Amino acid sequence: MHREYLHEGALPFCLGCGHTLIAENIDKALQSLNIPLLDVILVTDIGCHGIIDKSFKTHTVHGLHGRSIALASGISLSLTNPEKKVIVFIGDGGATIGLQHLIDSAHKNFNLTVVLHNNMLYGMTGGQPSELTPLGFKTPTLPEGNKIKGFDICEVVASTGASYVSRVVGIGNISEQLAEALSRKGFSLIEVMEICPSYAVKSNPGMKLRQVTEDAGLSVKVYADHNIEGFRPEIKSETQSLIDTMPVIPVGYRSERSVPAKILIAGSAGEGVQSAAELFARAAIASGLNVTKKGSYPVTVGIGFSASDIILSPDPIQYTGSPDPDYVIITSTDGLEYTAGLIKKMNHGVVYLDESLPTPETKATVVRIDYRKTAGARNAAIYSLLGLAKREKLFPTEAMLDILNQGKLSGKADWNKMAEGI
Amino acid sequence: MNSNNIIFTDSSRLITESLVRAGADVFIGYPITPANLLYQYASKRYPVFMAAPDEITTLQWMSGFAVSGHIPVTATSFPGYALMIESINMAAMMELPMVIILVQRMGPATGTATRGAQGDISVIQGTMSGGFSLPTFSLSNAADCWEISAKAVEVAVKFRTPVILLTSKEEVMTMYSLDKSSLGPINKVNRTFYSGNETFVPYEPNENLVPEFLPVTSSEHQVRFTASTHDKKGIIQNASPEALANSKRLHTKIVSNLKDFTWYDLDEQHEAETLLVSFGITAQACHEAVAELRNEGEKVSLLTAKTLLPVPPVYYSVCSRYKRVIFAEENLTGQYRQLMFGIQPPAHIEGVNEFGHMISPMHIKKVIHNA
Repeated sequence: MHREYLHEGALPFCLGCGHTLIAENIDKALQSLNIPLLDVILVTDIGCHGIIDKSFKTHTVHGLHGRSIALASGISLSLTNPEKKVIVFIGDGGATIGLQHLIDSAHKNFNLTVVLHNNMLYGMTGGQPSELTPLGFKTPTLPEGNKIKGFDICEVVASTGASYVSRVVGIGNISEQLAEALSRKGFSLIEVMEICPSYAVKSNPGMKLRQVTEDAGLSVKVYADHNIEGFRPEIKSETQSLIDTMPVIPVGYRSERSVPAKILIAGSAGEGVQSAAELFARAAIASGLNVTKKGSYPVTVGIGFSASDIILSPDPIQYTGSPDPDYVIITSTDGLEYTAGLIKKMNHGVVYLDESLPTPETKATVVRIDYRKTAGARNAAIYSLLGLAKREKLFPTEAMLDILNQGKLSGKADWNKMAEGI
Repeated sequence: MNSNNIIFTDSSRLITESLVRAGADVFIGYPITPANLLYQYASKRYPVFMAAPDEITTLQWMSGFAVSGHIPVTATSFPGYALMIESINMAAMMELPMVIILVQRMGPATGTATRGAQGDISVIQGTMSGGFSLPTFSLSNAADCWEISAKAVEVAVKFRTPVILLTSKEEVMTMYSLDKSSLGPINKVNRTFYSGNETFVPYEPNENLVPEFLPVTSSEHQVRFTASTHDKKGIIQNASPEALANSKRLHTKIVSNLKDFTWYDLDEQHEAETLLVSFGITAQACHEAVAELRNEGEKVSLLTAKTLLPVPPVYYSVCSRYKRVIFAEENLTGQYRQLMFGIQPPAHIEGVNEFGHMISPMHIKKVIHNA
């Protein structure tokens, strides 16, 4: 047979191995489709079939066991020229360990063709069974026969909505079936049934490939032929800078603070603690201070405590931890529970506590304020931070009022009155 | 701060912007805390963004994009990184440029997703089978996030290798005020592909031991990428002399070019006998501790490592000048100290360590005082 895509000479497989038949028929199929040599990107898995690379004149990529379909998917996603043809050679072992990749690629309908070399065992490592080994099939490690029924990989892949799925028996000329799979849009899989001459023939004397396939209940047919256009990712020609689009915070006020202030505010999720802390931080920046802010909350962000550590400083801030805050604000029971351990250890500083909460054990000064009753649960955090800025002379409250009165919170409450009152 | 350029940002944003400006063009992500902000920004900023179904797929898709000439990036934390390791070996063997951002969190296993740590140095050091190295950079402040991230892209392309950008939860999730005029220009990496007429030999090294790159999209030359042991043509070999030499070259190309990507800050004080060594989040506490100690009349020097791996030889010569060397790092056993000086380091090599908490300047000062 004339070869176009394969080098001349013997292929590197055992005598009688179906891998040779597949490689030669792929060459023939590609010839029939007239695909340019360097439009073909062959991605091979680990297994005997994977040593075929050196025999191909096309581009070749040889990866890891079971991951070839994912690797080929990445290549397929990267291609902008629809004429390129990505082909994956994988065995039943690779399809077993990489089943997630097979299902994912088929389901997403990536543009590639998987040629599944199913010889029903692991040929490179001594003939162990794969998930596709049929019930009763004997291998050197299963002399009494496989006690588990292998699954029908074509059924599985077809169920994902793949563009094309078929099974053939690897005897004779299979180039037309391979060409059919290669010519379909999107994801195609063709499973070729084979017998491993080194391990399966000796373990199953007299066995016939067609018979084994039939006995295993594996239909030789086209399972799906939808010819659906494959997935191509969006390539954005231009995206916006993440820095240039950030709002600059003008410094319009002046803070009299000469030393850093470490603040912890703790309340309940859903009560605006994080946004209040950010707003407070922006006001501090607008007053010429350096600021850091961290949020703490449970993984279930919608329930439980919500806390924020803020450091304000006239000098650059290096260490952003604040294990010993100067001021702790607690606006709810969740916040009190979260900070109880810390407050107990505090021997300086001030704890600002909502009036509704029990006074915790602490050596810090405790100041009780009716945050929730005055401002409501939703605005208690903002109200408390307005109060902190004012009482502790951290920065002018006007800096915070500017943001409140100009932004999306404008009109949500009488912020000026709140600032006067606290 | 008195400037008209103050923004309130986080390091995830700076890292993302820097990588893209330097030429990274694809982000493949699988969500994991505390790397979520990197994923979120990536979805807006990279020309191509794809959500992968798991971390093994992530690295495989990245490799697929890389063989086509792209520069892919991902961000993960230890649980995801652990799944990526075999595929990182594959990418290194194929000599594919890519950047993997590892945001450290408290382990072991799932640990606590929202607690910071610096506990993955040993895992990175052991990522490659056989003792091979991956260039690994640690980010210690906003300037590093901006400058070192861009350099990571350069190193990945210039030396055809995966590069690890090491950071931690407290760094990428903390917001801070920043004068954006401090962020200098970033040049897009100058990437060239093989353009000769001769047959392309995929793993024929240049003088700097790095082969020229040609993507699988070439219509002129056959290209091979191979993860198994291979010769210069990319053909699988058992252990032929040429193939073994090719594998060894993967190591020598990194260590022999290390001086090209050795970055650190050295703040030495005249007559100081104590050297503090740190990196990443803990370096910030060290800076504060050193400033306070000097105000109190103590003499102390500080080495902030940015190139973590391979360990630049200059770190040893700096350490050798001091009677006392203290490594500050947020892990149980002092992974970087052990990596440099062994499991049982000499008595003058000490450590400040924490697990589950950031190391505070106070803690560092206390250890230094306890001479």
